[in-house]
Amino acid sequence: MDEMANREKKTLWENLLSIDRRIIFIFIALAIALPLFFKTSLKMPVSPVVQEVYNAIESLPAGSKVLISFDFDPGSMPELQPMAESFFRHCFRKNLKVIIMGLWPQGPIQANIALDKIFRELKEEEKAVKVPRYGIDYVNLGFTAGNEVVIDRMGHDFQESYPADAKGTPLSKIPLMQGVKNYDNIDLILNLSAGYPGTQEWVQYGVDVFHVKLAAGNTAVQAPSMYPYVQTGQLTGVLGGMKGGAEYELALKRPAKAVSYMFSQAIAHVVICLFIIIGNIAFFTLRKKKTLKLEK
Amino acid sequence: MRREVPLVLTAIVGITMIIAHFLPPLNSLKDLFEDWFFIIAAFAIILGILNLILVNGNNIYRKQKGWPFGVVVILGFLIMTIIGLGFSGGKSFQDPGTPFYYLYTNVYSPLSATMFALLAFFVASASYRAFRARNIEATMLLLAAFILMIGRVPIGYWFSDWLGDALGKTADWIMDFPQTAGQRAIMIGIALGVVSSALRVILGLERTYTSGE
Repeated sequence: MDEMANREKKTLWENLLSIDRRIIFIFIALAIALPLFFKTSLKMPVSPVVQEVYNAIESLPAGSKVLISFDFDPGSMPELQPMAESFFRHCFRKNLKVIIMGLWPQGPIQANIALDKIFRELKEEEKAVKVPRYGIDYVNLGFTAGNEVVIDRMGHDFQESYPADAKGTPLSKIPLMQGVKNYDNIDLILNLSAGYPGTQEWVQYGVDVFHVKLAAGNTAVQAPSMYPYVQTGQLTGVLGGMKGGAEYELALKRPAKAVSYMFSQAIAHVVICLFIIIGNIAFFTLRKKKTLKLEK
Repeated sequence: MRREVPLVLTAIVGITMIIAHFLPPLNSLKDLFEDWFFIIAAFAIILGILNLILVNGNNIYRKQKGWPFGVVVILGFLIMTIIGLGFSGGKSFQDPGTPFYYLYTNVYSPLSATMFALLAFFVASASYRAFRARNIEATMLLLAAFILMIGRVPIGYWFSDWLGDALGKTADWIMDFPQTAGQRAIMIGIALGVVSSALRVILGLERTYTSGE
């Protein structure tokens, strides 16, 4: 009863200082869900770190070999899958040869999901671009346990980490893998990472030891820790979170999933900021009242 | 012997790996140790599976708190394994169209993404409670977070039009300089910590991994 009486005594500012988290949850749910029903065209410049990744792929001549390491699971799919799709779109548009691998067990199947979508798109929309053929235009090496040791061994010989592709075909029998011994035969490495093992390990064991050219797509949480590597040139560029994915889609002039989700994320950010402002106004008002009381 | 053998093995492997980095003739030894690592890593997966079954099986057998979740875990594991190994085209089990792929995309993916998406709600609630301008440090953190949250989403650029893109440029500056400087300091600190921890393990000063002491 006392607790109820206390609750009734609470002023408006006290209530605003301790808003029930369920109310915040409802506002966030609405802020995320409702914008998905609206089509908007919000202005968004492509940041230099994203443009660098785009340029790295764009500058490759047709037939160049690109290794994409899928180091994430479905938990990070909303952020990293749009990047994966954009990388495939870009590579196949440029007629690049794509080698897929994964340091996470779920990585190679995430690649298959992205490829499945891209192939359907190519069949429906861009009839001029031929659908890539397995083993000739792209290959999925699958997952190998061993984290950074896999990266290290591939620097000497791919076959030491991957004697066969995900379907069990020996690398020596795959046309795309002819002439690919180690990183010397790879023109660019793209890494989609949600944690360990991921971009940091690729920098430490791939870039620093074998001097490979590396660009990455990371979750928004992870991306800030990659900025030092971008500044030193160890990392060509980085796509950070859904925003990085959206900027890449814009650079590619092919707005897709990430761009459409950005409005939702923007509204959610605004709602969080509003709650922070309300919390601080209530905090200062109550503090002022307490000070005045003490002075009296 | 139970403690001495792991310590000696760790010391030999650790010292060899360090020396091999600078002495190429020792690379064959390094390769051998890495081969062993691959084998151990593969066995670790089997160990993980056995552990999953044992822990959850034990919970179910003893009817411990939350045991029905253990049933779901073991059923989920068995269904995915049996369908993946037996009914999904052998080594092509990850290809689109297989029953394994169907379960992965329609059950595992949404469940996993849902768990991650819940973070948005908790981050919002935690931001509201934590970002209070109680002192100078907290105010700086609050301002930086505020500028980044608004400055790095499209709606921020819309606001920025009125401010001559000041918000976006400030957000980029925070990311490029104070943030990167802080990250670099943390990275160097971690690297030094890793070196000292590795040396302690190699020299046998850190022995907790052998018996938990």
